[in-house]
Amino acid sequence: MNINLTLFGQMISFAVFVWFTMKYIWPPIVAAMEARKNKIAEGLAAAERGELEQELGQKRATELMREAKLQATEAIAQAQKRAAQIVDEAKENARAEGERLILAARAEIEQEMNRAREELREKVAVLAIAAAEKILEKEIDPQSHKKLIDSFVNQL
Amino acid sequence: MDSSELLTSQGYIKHHLTHLTFGYLPEKGFGFAHSAAEAKAMGFWAVHVDTLFFSILLGVLFLWFFKRVADRVTTGVPDPVQNFVESLLDFVEENVRGSFRGRNPLIAPLALTIFVWVFLMNLMDLVPVDLLPWLFQHFMGWFGVDPHEVFLRVVPTADPNATFGLSIGVFFLILYYSLKIKGIRGFWAELAYHPFGKLGLPFNLVLETVNLLAKPLSLSLRLFGNLYAGEMIFILIALMYSGGGWMMSLAGGGLQFIWALFHILVILLQAFIFMVLTIVYLDMAHQEAH
Repeated sequence: MNINLTLFGQMISFAVFVWFTMKYIWPPIVAAMEARKNKIAEGLAAAERGELEQELGQKRATELMREAKLQATEAIAQAQKRAAQIVDEAKENARAEGERLILAARAEIEQEMNRAREELREKVAVLAIAAAEKILEKEIDPQSHKKLIDSFVNQL
Repeated sequence: MDSSELLTSQGYIKHHLTHLTFGYLPEKGFGFAHSAAEAKAMGFWAVHVDTLFFSILLGVLFLWFFKRVADRVTTGVPDPVQNFVESLLDFVEENVRGSFRGRNPLIAPLALTIFVWVFLMNLMDLVPVDLLPWLFQHFMGWFGVDPHEVFLRVVPTADPNATFGLSIGVFFLILYYSLKIKGIRGFWAELAYHPFGKLGLPFNLVLETVNLLAKPLSLSLRLFGNLYAGEMIFILIALMYSGGGWMMSLAGGGLQFIWALFHILVILLQAFIFMVLTIVYLDMAHQEAH
């Protein structure tokens, strides 16, 4: 075991090696490792975020679909109701129209009847007067007997 | 075993345990040591060229490899090499986060450097023990150098100079951060007033100083001891080849293989222990006294 100058040579080279490692080797590699770590962490976070977003989107889509379905059924129901209503209305209208037509016909008939009656009554009055003239063999003054004739006509 | 064989065995071991030493000898001037005795005679003002060469080579290899990854680092999908480097950094950072409570941008790169560098230096132990010295001897033979005077030890961490170099570096950091975080007063208080209060000051001082010095000492001696022992066992098993007979050689090869397998665990573990203890010691340096 002879200690000699080699010792100092070793110490100096040791110091130089450590300095070199500290200056040129350790920092860039560790920085790269750190950067990669961050990159991976970011990637993972982004993936997670994407997954979450996708889930959210899916949820929203289902929600929208359900809403749409609901709206559709509602629309259909409304349409059905409206159709029924229209049919009902049409029916009602038809019935009213029919009634109106019937009423009009009836009124016309009545009118016609009244007119006929009136005509008849007048004819009867003329006839009655003629008959009475014949019977009495003399002229009757319609003016003086008007009251009598009217009451007669009214009795018809 | 006769004496000559003993001599060669001893010579073999001794040869393997001698560093390629460059230094000054009064009678020869500057030059490489031609024998273990010469290497010893050079004393403190000498350099283990092999230790420095392999440790710096491995350190530069480590830095080059990691720098290449750092330059083309991507935040996207990493290629296998980047993936490997990143997992290594992650592992080190995990350990730092687990043991180090403060905040200091030096600690993690320091731990990474220690872990990888020490591991690579330990890894040299798994290169067949005779291979590189043999190649080097033949290489030097071309230049007319006597192979017996060419030494090479390839495991820098089996040289206490390397392990002490590391641990003293760490020790300086411990002192620096102790003083920086706690101040001179705080550091003094930690050394002098624990654990027996102000009355036991001298005793405290001795205890805490030993405690403090034990940190770098145990760090380096643990690593050195393990690797030295590991290398020694490889060398001893290698002696079986010269023991004679193909049976011995075969058994030696098997043993080398088994020991190498086991040693994979040791070299990794030692690098890891050195790193973790460094982190722990520096964490202690950052904490105020209990």
